Amino acid sequence: MSSDQPRDSIKGTSDPLTATREDRMGEGVDSRFNSKLREAFGSTPFILTKFDKFMNWVRGSSMFMLQFGIACCSIEMMHTYAVKHDLDRFGSGVPRASPRQADVMIVPGTIVSKFAPRMKRVYDQMPEPKFVVNMGNCSTSGGPFQEGYNVVKGAEEVIPVDIHVPGCPPRPEALVYGVAKLQERVANGESSPVTVKPYELEQFGDLERDEMVEKMAEDIDEETLVMRYNWADSP
Amino acid sequence: MSTQKESDAGADAPATTGGLDGDDIEALLGEHVLDREEHNNAPAFVVRADAVQDVLSTLKEEAGFDHLSCVTAEEHEDRFESIYHLKQYDDPTEEVSVVVPTSREEPVSQTAEPVFRAADWHEREAYDLVGVNYEGHPNHERILLPDTWQGHPLGLDYNQDKPQIVTFEENKNPLEGHQRGAEDSDTMYLNVGPHHPATHGVLHVETVLDGEQIADVSPDIGYLHRCEEQMAQKGTYRYQIMPYPDRWDYGPGGIINEWAYARAAEDLADIEVPEYAQVIRTMGSEMCRIACHMLALGTFCLDIYGDFTAIFMYAMRDREEVQNLLEDLTGQRMMFNYLRLGGVVWDIPEPREEYFEKVRDFLDGLPGKLDEYNDLITDNEVFQSRTVDTGYLDPEVAKDYGVTGPVARASGVDYDIRRDDPYGYYDELDWDVVTEDGGDNYARLLVRMREVEQSARIIEQCVDLLEDWPEEDREIQANVPRTLKPDAGTETYKTVEGAKGELGIYIRADGTEKPGRFKIKSPAFCNLAALQEMATGEYIPDLIATLGSLDVILGEVDR
Ligand code: SF4
Repeated sequence: MSSDQPRDSIKGTSDPLTATREDRMGEGVDSRFNSKLREAFGSTPFILTKFDKFMNWVRGSSMFMLQFGIACCSIEMMHTYAVKHDLDRFGSGVPRASPRQADVMIVPGTIVSKFAPRMKRVYDQMPEPKFVVNMGNCSTSGGPFQEGYNVVKGAEEVIPVDIHVPGCPPRPEALVYGVAKLQERVANGESSPVTVKPYELEQFGDLERDEMVEKMAEDIDEETLVMRYNWADSP
Repeated sequence: MSTQKESDAGADAPATTGGLDGDDIEALLGEHVLDREEHNNAPAFVVRADAVQDVLSTLKEEAGFDHLSCVTAEEHEDRFESIYHLKQYDDPTEEVSVVVPTSREEPVSQTAEPVFRAADWHEREAYDLVGVNYEGHPNHERILLPDTWQGHPLGLDYNQDKPQIVTFEENKNPLEGHQRGAEDSDTMYLNVGPHHPATHGVLHVETVLDGEQIADVSPDIGYLHRCEEQMAQKGTYRYQIMPYPDRWDYGPGGIINEWAYARAAEDLADIEVPEYAQVIRTMGSEMCRIACHMLALGTFCLDIYGDFTAIFMYAMRDREEVQNLLEDLTGQRMMFNYLRLGGVVWDIPEPREEYFEKVRDFLDGLPGKLDEYNDLITDNEVFQSRTVDTGYLDPEVAKDYGVTGPVARASGVDYDIRRDDPYGYYDELDWDVVTEDGGDNYARLLVRMREVEQSARIIEQCVDLLEDWPEEDREIQANVPRTLKPDAGTETYKTVEGAKGELGIYIRADGTEKPGRFKIKSPAFCNLAALQEMATGEYIPDLIATLGSLDVILGEVDR
């Protein structure tokens, strides 16, 4: 069935619109632009942009957070969800237990070497479009533990981040503000990069052949991407 | 009683351990003793690396030291050392340390695991971070760092600038490909975590299922290992260490954790804390305890009922109130940084009457709220059927694993540092240690709820005391030199009763203004190690309930 033929199920409602479509749209509109939506709205390309706007507004007003606790900041995050601060009154406070149902990931805590790959996995499982809010100094830069041997210097080493909320921990009000800012951005149509950012990655083959490489040579094939945790000379 | 009095007693008669003094123990151990040292808290005996089991089992069987509180490993210029800090469950002031030196070339020491199950995880940690090898250890692997880690970060010649590598492959499901056990068995592997709503943070539990029952379970920790010990070793005693304890048990047990550090450091540097400050500390600690227990309660019910339902919201509402009180007192909602060595940073906020009134209002409202909780939770059949008789922990097993705190008390182990090895103002106040005999998930919840009542009692008495305290006597800080340099070689191990149990700090001074070795004994670490005993043979939902009832805070487990 071609797309300019109304489907049976919506025939009843869209028929009148379809009947007057010619008049409303006039001639000269390329029929390749026809679609279900245009049938429904009797739309012109102009209205399609509006529709994007509408979708952005919808997206911004109904965000689902990932229930994702890492460290101390997650306690304040729970307070942000709970009574008194109640993030949900801004249309974005119902945490989802599964990344596959979530739009936004709040990263509330210190990321360490063992956890970073897992966090990326969780991020990858979220459907597009997805957004990330960094909560606290740890996920921004490593925070108080920046000099620790095991600590990743911020979530941005692993996943792209849209909003940083500083603080140790940020007060719930600060997190609400951060999320509100994210909603504003989303509603304005700014979206986060759809593909992942260039990570701090390097080909395994480029590393010096030190004892580490000897030990792991069998486990890793040359193509495998690896990440480093201690950046002696990190920017 | 101030900390000073204790350390005085310690300095006068360091070798005394109540019923059994150092000489008795030396005689008991006989030829095993190579040398004798004095730690500030206890006599210490140096023994050969191949006699560890003999010595520890003698101490356990014949001298009653049935609590392996902590194992500290450290590297010296010329040797590695493992220190076993032993105590008695009946009387934690009875302490003894067993020091096991090994050579730098061949750091191999006999494992203590057959004597104390608690040694299992402690020794793995010692191997992971310091690099001592334990011969005969059943599971000699890294525990906190990833398997691919090179070197031992708390060792002397660890190069921190050397890149460490963890592959992105690590983010694959580690159990992928072998979802089923051996061909002929019916078991199945199941991963819980490290990102799972019921693990309260980043804990990974590998379970082996037989049908719906758990055949085996092993917690995999280290997803929040943020180098707390290294951070403390890099900071100066006076100011730079204090902010970190807030971040161990962020339940928030902030003030209690700070007190653990303060108690050890004050013992080390001989600092006397004014009584007025002790009362404030006591009050603050108990407020923290209430906040911690409320969190435990809320998230426990979140696990069991499965959503952000009423009880979670109620618990959060009440925590808000405690946090407000703490914020008024300290200036921060969670990371208080309120204690200083020798006291607290500032006095009760002005106007005092208003603050006390607020505290009283909160305390007056508390019984009504607890009734509400009882209606909602403890009397609830659904809740009972999930928690009564699940996750049973036998008291003897609990002792073997070094379990402390509400978890131990719910198994009938009557052990509370606040009463048994008193610090602060606790022994001047009128309160009770709560115990239950159930040993199950339900009992653990009951203990926490009743401890909230006791904490309220303590706070009330503190408020009364503070209110009547003569104005000219309100000394909040002792005179402490700007830089503290305890004598090189002084060692101490001090514990306080954290919200999760016995929280201990070991410090060895090396003559500089920073600690030579700073070791944190975390209660949740030991409690979690006992999970296997509680969950094996039960259903998966019971495992989730058991995890919740243990109330682990991963920041404290991994440090
Ligand atoms: S920013 Fe502070 S409060 Fe947040 S996770 Fe880091 S240490 Fe904890």
